[in-house]
Amino acid sequence: MSSTAIAPILRIENIHKSFGKTRVLTGFSLTVQPQEVVVLVGPSGSGKSTLLRCINLLSPPDSGRIWLEEQEITAPGVNPDKVRQRIGMVFQDFNLFNHLTALGNVMIGLMKVRKMPKKEAHDLAMFELERVGLVDRAYHYPAQLSGGQKQRVAIARALGMDPHIMLFDEPTSALDPELTGEVLEVMQQLAREGMTMIVVSHEMGFARQVASRVVFMEGGVVVEEGPPAQMFEQPLHERTRAFLRKISDMDSGGR
Amino acid sequence: MESFLQLLHNAVPSLLQGTGVTLQIAAISLLLGMALGLPVGVGRVYGPRWLQHLLAAYITLFQGTPLLIQLFLVYYGLPDLGLTLDRMPAAFLTLGLNSGAYQAEYLRGALQSVGEGQMTAARAIGMGKWLAVRTIILPQALRLVLPAWSNEAIAMLKYTAVVFLIAVPDLMGQAKILSSRYFAPIPIYMIVAVFYIVLVGATYLILRQLERRFHIPGLTGEAH
Amino acid sequence: MEFFQNLVTTFNFILQGVWVTIGVTAVALAVGLVFGVTMAMARVYGNPFLQTVAAIYSVIVRAVPVVVIIFILFFVIARFVNLSPFWAGSLALGFASGAYQSEIFRGAFRAVPPGQMIAARAIGMSKLQAIQSIILPQAARLALPAWGNEATLVLKDSTLVFVVGVPEILRRAQQVSARTLEPFLAFSVAMLLYLVLTLLTTQILQWFERRYRLQM
Ligand SMILES: Nc1ncnc2c1ncn2[C@@H]1O[C@H](COP(=O)(O)OP(=O)(O)O)[C@@H](O)[C@H]1O
Ligand SMILES: [Mg+2]
Repeated sequence: MSSTAIAPILRIENIHKSFGKTRVLTGFSLTVQPQEVVVLVGPSGSGKSTLLRCINLLSPPDSGRIWLEEQEITAPGVNPDKVRQRIGMVFQDFNLFNHLTALGNVMIGLMKVRKMPKKEAHDLAMFELERVGLVDRAYHYPAQLSGGQKQRVAIARALGMDPHIMLFDEPTSALDPELTGEVLEVMQQLAREGMTMIVVSHEMGFARQVASRVVFMEGGVVVEEGPPAQMFEQPLHERTRAFLRKISDMDSGGR
Repeated sequence: MESFLQLLHNAVPSLLQGTGVTLQIAAISLLLGMALGLPVGVGRVYGPRWLQHLLAAYITLFQGTPLLIQLFLVYYGLPDLGLTLDRMPAAFLTLGLNSGAYQAEYLRGALQSVGEGQMTAARAIGMGKWLAVRTIILPQALRLVLPAWSNEAIAMLKYTAVVFLIAVPDLMGQAKILSSRYFAPIPIYMIVAVFYIVLVGATYLILRQLERRFHIPGLTGEAH
Repeated sequence: MEFFQNLVTTFNFILQGVWVTIGVTAVALAVGLVFGVTMAMARVYGNPFLQTVAAIYSVIVRAVPVVVIIFILFFVIARFVNLSPFWAGSLALGFASGAYQSEIFRGAFRAVPPGQMIAARAIGMSKLQAIQSIILPQAARLALPAWGNEATLVLKDSTLVFVVGVPEILRRAQQVSARTLEPFLAFSVAMLLYLVLTLLTTQILQWFERRYRLQM
């Protein structure tokens, strides 16, 4: 038992990623333990989204290696579709399937990817919608849902795939301020249930309460990381201090 | 007036027969065009580069030249290459190939207007590219393409009117026979025009119903 | 060797039809432009009677195959005046295109902001003056992309005057194929010549569109 608890669920080693001449990730490394909640912060354009897309191989790194639960997923011959089933991803702009109801959004992956029979998929999808508090919206189309509801459906859709780790890319930045709470609550609940999560977010309240670790990245590498208390109260680097102060100000000013 | 009614009486039976042929040609060609346009449109967007170029060439050839020349090339020209087609099959093939090019282009537009995020989200839950195209992108694109497809159906109905030039006995084919039998081209073609107006009008109404049936909130425009 | 001889004969013979095709297309487009703009003006700015006439013209003509319209008008025209097939066919094609063009210009007129008309009237222009000097120049630019599309459609539909005996590309292809007994060759050459014409037209229209794009 203790040996599995120590083995990291995700290990990122020295990855590089460029788009043409733009060097986005320049030797990024990070290790995540099971049940950890890592909140990733950094200025816009510092490569946070790119990092998440490297992790689930939506755009594989140019070099460097990534292990997911002992398997090197950057090794040649790995089927990326299989890898992605173990990694849930939630996007800033939801990306719900527009032609499907909330229920359909959750069911489609269950039926087409996990190959569940319809009845079983329906029941599990309903269960996932219940987890995010949206059973009563099951038959609504995305256009008929609020932003917060859309994002919760997106979370339910990811959960349906039974992921071992969840990636959130600024899940609340497209939302009106009064709708962020419902999404953050669902995420907090997930953290309590022991889900391993990497969350790109500038919601400092969430980071303070839920994060096991805050990672500050800039220029494609980790500048500093540590428990939220340390990162917020006494960061080692001046850059970290400046950045966190800036977003804390915006955070409180926005309310 | 009386002679006009007499003419009408004489003409209507064969014009109705011709209408049947016209509808048959339009329907079969549309379906052929769909069977062709669907894979061509998808291949044009998601296929490998060489295939995209090949399909673009097919589309340019059929969109860039008149249907009538295509028809003559198929009916009168292909026998030179050892492929002799009867009138009806020649009509089906030409109109089907022609419509396929247009339908593929409409579908391409629709596929490209489905947001990038839909594909990303589908891949993120572990769907392969083709599974994502089939279950996420295509269903949305097919609904988006419906208005353009309706226009194509009506255009097709009207364009079938050239097949009488390879002696297919469609509405125009019958009209041609009648007009020389009764030496009354103007009234005959006027009556034929009315037939087409009714056909096109009815098709238009049916397709509007269809569009309303497949309406999805937020995906397709407000149902009228 | 005989094939090459046939190819040269065929090509030269059909090439003369290219000018006829261009002529039919140009006349039809011009006639259609007159009908289209007039009918669109009647539709948008006319009194209820004119609006109704213009709407009926547009709806009916667009519901009937172009080849049927060509037949009807060809015989109607022949009853009153003695026109060559070229002119009768081109006029008929133009009359049909006018209905499609009227829809294009109707949309363009509607897209000109209403304030333009009000401002023109406010400085003392009559309604017709305002349409002519303020609305039309703007509408024309707005209409250009759709009009360009219609132009290529008319170019392709110009083969339909084949049915009244105009010696355009297709008719000449048919004639030469009767002589060489190589219809595949003849119709292929016709098709390729047409392809060149439509591609050229598209290029020219795109150039125009870039040049006259309206900044609004
Ligand atoms: N697909 C892409 N093609 C080209 N450049 C990209 C692409 N994705 C991201 N970039 C560039 O990479 C840099 C980092 O982007 P991103 O990872 O989205 O940053 P963040 O999420 O931290 O704001 C930016 O300069 C962006 O323009
Ligand atoms: Mg980002």
